[in-house]
Amino acid sequence: MKEVNISELQGLLNSFANKDVFIHLETTNGSYASHYDEKFFNAGAFIRNAKIRYELGKVVGESPHRVGLKMEHGWVYAQGITHFTLDEQGRLLMAGLDYSGKLAVALEISETPFTY
Amino acid sequence: MTLQPERHVLVVFPHPDDEAFSSAGTIRLYRNMGVPVTYACLTLGEMGRNLGNPPFATRESLPEIRRKELIAACEAMGIEDLRMMGLRDKTVEFEDDEKMVKLVTDLIDEINPSLIITFYPGFAVHPDHEATGRAVVEAVRRIPKESRPRIYAVGFANNTMTKLGVPPIVHDVSSVRKDKEAALRAHNSQTAWMMQETQHRSEEETTKLDSWFNVESYYLYTFED
Repeated sequence: MKEVNISELQGLLNSFANKDVFIHLETTNGSYASHYDEKFFNAGAFIRNAKIRYELGKVVGESPHRVGLKMEHGWVYAQGITHFTLDEQGRLLMAGLDYSGKLAVALEISETPFTY
Repeated sequence: MTLQPERHVLVVFPHPDDEAFSSAGTIRLYRNMGVPVTYACLTLGEMGRNLGNPPFATRESLPEIRRKELIAACEAMGIEDLRMMGLRDKTVEFEDDEKMVKLVTDLIDEINPSLIITFYPGFAVHPDHEATGRAVVEAVRRIPKESRPRIYAVGFANNTMTKLGVPPIVHDVSSVRKDKEAALRAHNSQTAWMMQETQHRSEEETTKLDSWFNVESYYLYTFED
């Protein structure tokens, strides 16, 4: 993965528009957040291999970026995206890596299901 | 304390590296005594957060990296029977409870261990740890009392000492510290931050690392019936 280049990432988002795609969306503070800080309210969400179709995908802002996907009946978005790559299987992998290199958010788009 | 000979030790943890942090020295000592050790590792730690910045992995490439690290760590510990159980990181607690008990029961039936090492339910912090410990405890509880394997349980929640007291089983693993370090180093994607040589380590951190490298402690899980 490399740091987000807006025009390159925008082109990749466009290339998946109006197709049935599988997404992986994840936000996390890690499972140990409340162990190290008992006052920390740990929350996160995860969805993998949900099949969607979006008509418009946009990457916005300075890093960390926001990426939003507009669907016929709703939205998908991720906040905090810093890195992206089109992997060897043609999947668009986007991630938000914090200052210590830990993943905080991931949004991935693929025409084939992700592995389990 | 000196380790007693065992017929077979079954180690059940959910993530590659759980075994190295908690038990690499103990496992190496058992292997040096000729005790067979089977490690059932439930997931590949697919949800590990450390990808680096700049990144060395993606969410999708991490599992294969951790699979290789796990195999290398097992070599360092002398584990010849590694089972990768194919569950997904952070989903273990959502699996069907009976399926989880059966997974452990099948392993026990096949291996006939005299000792199982796993997490202590209620004191294991991570939801996958908790679910793993629960499944092991339930599987063993269903075995007739006289033929149950013993359970050495790892607890590290902040309230563990308050609730359970000082762990009664303490293994001095300093004689195999090099092997424990090698096992931890094998899990490089997870442990690079602590294994790298640094001049800037605080006294508190150094003490904590020293105790990780030299001492492994367990509670003996006991049943009421």
